[in-house]
Amino acid sequence: MASAEDAQHLSTRHLLGIKYLNEADIRLIFDTAREFKEVINRPIKKVPSLRDITIANLFFESSTRTRISFELAEKRLSADVVNFSASSSSVSKGETLLDTVNNILSMKVDMVVMRHPAPGAHHFLARHIQANIVNAGDGTHEHPTQALLDAFSMQEVLGDLRGKHIAIFGDILHSRVALSNIFCLQKLGAKVKVCGPPTLIPKYIPSLGVEVSYDLQDTLRWCDVANVLRIQLERQEELRYFPSLREYARFFGIRKDLLDQLEKPILIMHPGPINRGVELTSDVADSDHSIILQQVENGVAIRMAVLYLLSALRPPSSSG
Amino acid sequence: MERERLIIAEERFALTIDRLCQELIERYDTFRDTCVVGIQQRGARLSQRLVDRLRELQPDVTFLHGKLDITFYRDDFRLRDKPLRANTTEMDFLVEDRRVILIDDVLYTGRTVQAALTALNHYGRPRQVELLVLVDRRFNRTLPIQADYVGITVDAVDKAYVQVNWKDRDGHDEVLLFPDKSELQ
Repeated sequence: MASAEDAQHLSTRHLLGIKYLNEADIRLIFDTAREFKEVINRPIKKVPSLRDITIANLFFESSTRTRISFELAEKRLSADVVNFSASSSSVSKGETLLDTVNNILSMKVDMVVMRHPAPGAHHFLARHIQANIVNAGDGTHEHPTQALLDAFSMQEVLGDLRGKHIAIFGDILHSRVALSNIFCLQKLGAKVKVCGPPTLIPKYIPSLGVEVSYDLQDTLRWCDVANVLRIQLERQEELRYFPSLREYARFFGIRKDLLDQLEKPILIMHPGPINRGVELTSDVADSDHSIILQQVENGVAIRMAVLYLLSALRPPSSSG
Repeated sequence: MERERLIIAEERFALTIDRLCQELIERYDTFRDTCVVGIQQRGARLSQRLVDRLRELQPDVTFLHGKLDITFYRDDFRLRDKPLRANTTEMDFLVEDRRVILIDDVLYTGRTVQAALTALNHYGRPRQVELLVLVDRRFNRTLPIQADYVGITVDAVDKAYVQVNWKDRDGHDEVLLFPDKSELQ
């Protein structure tokens, strides 16, 4: 038996953001993910835990890897899965979010995994529907499963993150990964610093207890882990935040020669997709210190753990 | 409040472990193509004790020993008040075409064993599976599952609770019978 202090279940019925989890929740998710990682390395990568659960994946914003990762996680737990993407749906005919979701729930769906461009869309749904909701990204707000898999991957290599120095590089302003990462790493006791061009670092960052630096080399020397974010060109159509990609790469791109100058090796992470030659050069992305592909593998295990743990907290009346 | 009864005390406990080992040796001889799989967490402890003793009795034999966690295979995990926390599975081999000795401490309803058989299938198709338990509560079964090797058979009412204690963890090797499981926290 696990000791009494160990949390047996999550403190929340939905995963809306890391902000609403406590440290025990995060550690429970990690412990469970570790077991699922063993499962997905077996010859038969499937367990029957969620065989009576139906999950709807609602993607109102484009996504490839997160959607595939969630879908794989769901299938490896034996859940029934329905996929929905906004481009080919009635949303383009003007239906409201609540109507769309209620329609889907009438078909007896137990859990909803949703990506939506509007921050807070998940909170709105959580107030109105019975199903468990998992946030797979809401606008520029949070992307909790990405932060969990990032911290889990760091912990696998570094051990406990308490006191470790984690730097987040790049487009902090448009990144939901950055905010979720900051919450998650701080709850695990790590020290967080962000580094990027001033135009891409929001003003509220210091109020979260996060240091800000505009000096790439200085931050690289400080950190144990460099979590490098993608420059989100699609969010910069109307306003340009820096003069050119070439200039960005020159001042904030991580190159092999910069890493070679450091006293100690640091871990390189990236949530993908990588703009090679912009935020990371290819030789850095493919180096031994990069754990980018381990992040992807851990993503499935983390999502399995989240779905498994949330499914245990379904209201009894909703089974059907 | 508890009026627990001692069913197996320390000396008898060691004898029972020895007897179970001898029965296994009688049946499996050199343990070729055979693996010992304990069900986490309590069955794994028993399997460890048995394998340790088997290694003393037969130093030349190599034993394949695995520990299987069945939390994700349980059919009741969402019906409980508290969800179950998963344990580690340590299975670094496949059971394909092997003889499997499945081990648990107490055989009660049979649901754990059913879940373990499902889990075992995910490691290949075993040639044969046998079940060893320390305590067989024979009147409480809800599934058609029987043990092949039994430490002790206990006839107890459904609300009773059988607890196996281990020296390295609980101070004594012993088996206790509590009359009412609702009185245990």
